[in-house]
Amino acid sequence: MFYSRLSAISILLTAFVVCAFAFPNFLPKETVQSWPSWAQRHIVLGLDLQGGSHILFEVDTDAVRKEKIASLQDDVRRVVRDNKLGSPFTVVIRGNSVEFRVGERVDPQFALSKLRELSQPLGGILSATGQRSIDVVDAGGGLIRLTVTEPAILERIRQAVDQSIEIIEKRVNAMGLVEPSIQRQGIDRILVQVPGLGNPQELIDTIGKTAKLTFRFVDNSMSPQQALETRPPAESEVLYGTKAEGGRPYLIEKRVIVAGEDLTDAQPGFDARTSQPIVNFKFNLSGARRFGTATVENVGREFAIVLDNEVISAPVIREPITQGQGQISGNFTVESANNLAILLRAGALPAKLTPIEQRVVGPGLGQDSITKGKLASYVGAAMVVIFMFATYGLFGLFANIAVAINVAMIFGVLSMLSATLTLPGIAGVVLTVGIAVDSNVLIYERIREERRGGRTTINAIDAGFNRALATILDSNITTFIAAAVLYFIGTGPVRGFAVTLGIGILTTVFTAFTLTRLIVAYWIKWRRPKVVPI
Amino acid sequence: MSVVHIDRDDTGTRIFLFGIQVFPHLRIVPDDTQFDFMRFRRVSFPMSAMLSIMAITLFFTHGLNFGIDFVGGTLMEVRSTTGPADLAKMRITLNGLGLGEVQLQQFGTDTDVLIRVAQQPGGEAAQQAAVTKVREALGNDVDYRRVEVVGPRVSTELLAYGTLGLVLAIVAILIYLWFRFEWQFALGAMIANVHDLVLTIGFMSITQIDFDLTSIAALLTILGYSLNDTVVIYDRIRENLRKYKRLSMPDLLNSSVNSTLSRSIITHVTVSLALLALLLFGGQAIHSFTATMMFGVVLVGTYTSVFIASPILIYLGVGTGRDSLTSES
Repeated sequence: MFYSRLSAISILLTAFVVCAFAFPNFLPKETVQSWPSWAQRHIVLGLDLQGGSHILFEVDTDAVRKEKIASLQDDVRRVVRDNKLGSPFTVVIRGNSVEFRVGERVDPQFALSKLRELSQPLGGILSATGQRSIDVVDAGGGLIRLTVTEPAILERIRQAVDQSIEIIEKRVNAMGLVEPSIQRQGIDRILVQVPGLGNPQELIDTIGKTAKLTFRFVDNSMSPQQALETRPPAESEVLYGTKAEGGRPYLIEKRVIVAGEDLTDAQPGFDARTSQPIVNFKFNLSGARRFGTATVENVGREFAIVLDNEVISAPVIREPITQGQGQISGNFTVESANNLAILLRAGALPAKLTPIEQRVVGPGLGQDSITKGKLASYVGAAMVVIFMFATYGLFGLFANIAVAINVAMIFGVLSMLSATLTLPGIAGVVLTVGIAVDSNVLIYERIREERRGGRTTINAIDAGFNRALATILDSNITTFIAAAVLYFIGTGPVRGFAVTLGIGILTTVFTAFTLTRLIVAYWIKWRRPKVVPI
Repeated sequence: MSVVHIDRDDTGTRIFLFGIQVFPHLRIVPDDTQFDFMRFRRVSFPMSAMLSIMAITLFFTHGLNFGIDFVGGTLMEVRSTTGPADLAKMRITLNGLGLGEVQLQQFGTDTDVLIRVAQQPGGEAAQQAAVTKVREALGNDVDYRRVEVVGPRVSTELLAYGTLGLVLAIVAILIYLWFRFEWQFALGAMIANVHDLVLTIGFMSITQIDFDLTSIAALLTILGYSLNDTVVIYDRIRENLRKYKRLSMPDLLNSSVNSTLSRSIITHVTVSLALLALLLFGGQAIHSFTATMMFGVVLVGTYTSVFIASPILIYLGVGTGRDSLTSES
């Protein structure tokens, strides 16, 4: 029943330290700032409480796959041409593979060995497995089949997600949003969370744009209408203008003069003569050289500025542009010029991103939820506390003290973990209050039973504690299993519930095993009771 | 029986109200109850079987009111900024957008409206386009309090994970109980608690309460807490099996349930108080969550541990041969 001084102190110290971690939550940010980082940790309010946007994007893995196969086709053609293995035109894509028919006078084994050089061992963590990037097999009859291996494609998807996260970060930061969080989820998904953002439409538009910028010449060999009615020339395609530009069709050469990768900077500005919003850009050295040569040779021709297969504008080259600088005009507003500059600075996404889940909570609802959650917590706790006191008197008071410390410890642990508190999470805390007293009820009822069974006061209390503890452990583990499963399958608010429920169970078991017992033990020492007052 | 009854003896004063002691301590369940719970198994088993069949039938005929988490689509909670919301006008505006059926529903106060747009054909991007259309149509007359869009891929996954989670939790708990008790106890607890889940799903089907991710959370919590209760009684049964070697099984079960009865009732009162506060003051956002939990934990959970989980041990063959021992003595 009684604890040694050392264990009593360590119990109290543990409880105190855990509770103390909850302290920074009640202090203004400025006060906490000067503390060491481990002491600064605090509970983060979930988006459902503070308001904000949660958007899940998926990387277009099909496009990554296709691109990977298309680039394999290019590589095979190059090898075939360089080594005179046959006709490059027999290199075709079939499903997920590239097939090549070996030329009649070429040794198939020689072709095979040359093509095998394309296959690289996979780097990174996969290097130990001995996996290679391409499977090269002789399909018989002079046909060689090259397939990009699944690990190689997954590796490429992983890279694409990494690149995308980097680019999204640049774009989101440039938009001036506060504390955005951008994380990978699963293999091909990216979760973007922005607190306080009530309408994510602009964010979705900005992130969802691939932002592939190209400078290409307008094809004047026929009019766009003609091309639409008949067929565009093989080396050109019909593209439409942006909404702001008027949306009319253009016939544009497929050949790219300079692309977005060659930009070193892009800034919004105003045209000196018309004072229209524009975007000023700078090329790097090689881009400047290529653009310069092209403009020198083509003064008087139109070139098009194409973003994601839409023509922003198609100005006429009045004079050669050799300084590597220029401006894009396209009936911009100040806002759209700024957004385009952001996109160009951040660079193009390696693959298209599609939003597949969006959850937005406005600031009004968030605040309402906090108010309601608080009210429900106070009322719930008050009712339980009053009921316990009415049922067990002094011992009910002990139970209430234990529950209060229990709740403080839950918040302490949540702070330590920098966990997210959601509305269902608050419900979890309230429920824990209802459940935490159960351990006390189990103990007290057992004590009453033991006393009725004829034990002396202290004996009954001792036996009550000892016998009830096994039951407390058993009954809490089942609930903990449910909470753990919920944590792994749940997302967002539901996960918040699982977290507080799980932590609540741990702190409940701790307080039941130590604190309540300690309080009762000291009370017995102090009062030396003749009867059990419950 | 008088309304108020005062008892004085050498240990002190006790006051009773309607036969329940209220002073010095509130005593809802009197000491040493001797209810014959096991006799009720001839009523409770057929009744539970019937209710379970009804719940399963309801699930297949009525179905559940799946929220967008599981079927995809768009959910918007808007608050009118120009006085009470004109539902009829909004309905005409939104149904003219060509988004299929748009459901509108008053939500809490008369300024708040819940808008549901069914999943749009045309993949992930079409769902986002629907939100833009609704936002454009409603303009600035409303304040967007909550917008949720779940695409077809995510909703399929969430449903799969939710179902998987429930099954996993049941299996994990079964294994734990098997490890801690004999297999009959594990099986008994499982039958009892699957019965809880089935009845709760029936309740959700009748009330057509929103079935979303938080409902899965509610179901898992119900599972956890019903078991909590069952385990407390099983612990006592196991203890009594060791202690009283010559007691018939029904008597032993009755004694175990009776001696844990006071604890069961008190704990259910505290949990109910906590849930009641959440139900009354926690707001609409967690309403279906707490309502489901209230039904599952408070109504079904208690009944099950006493009337199903305990007597089922007789049928599962715990303590067979005890009856003959009693008749010998």
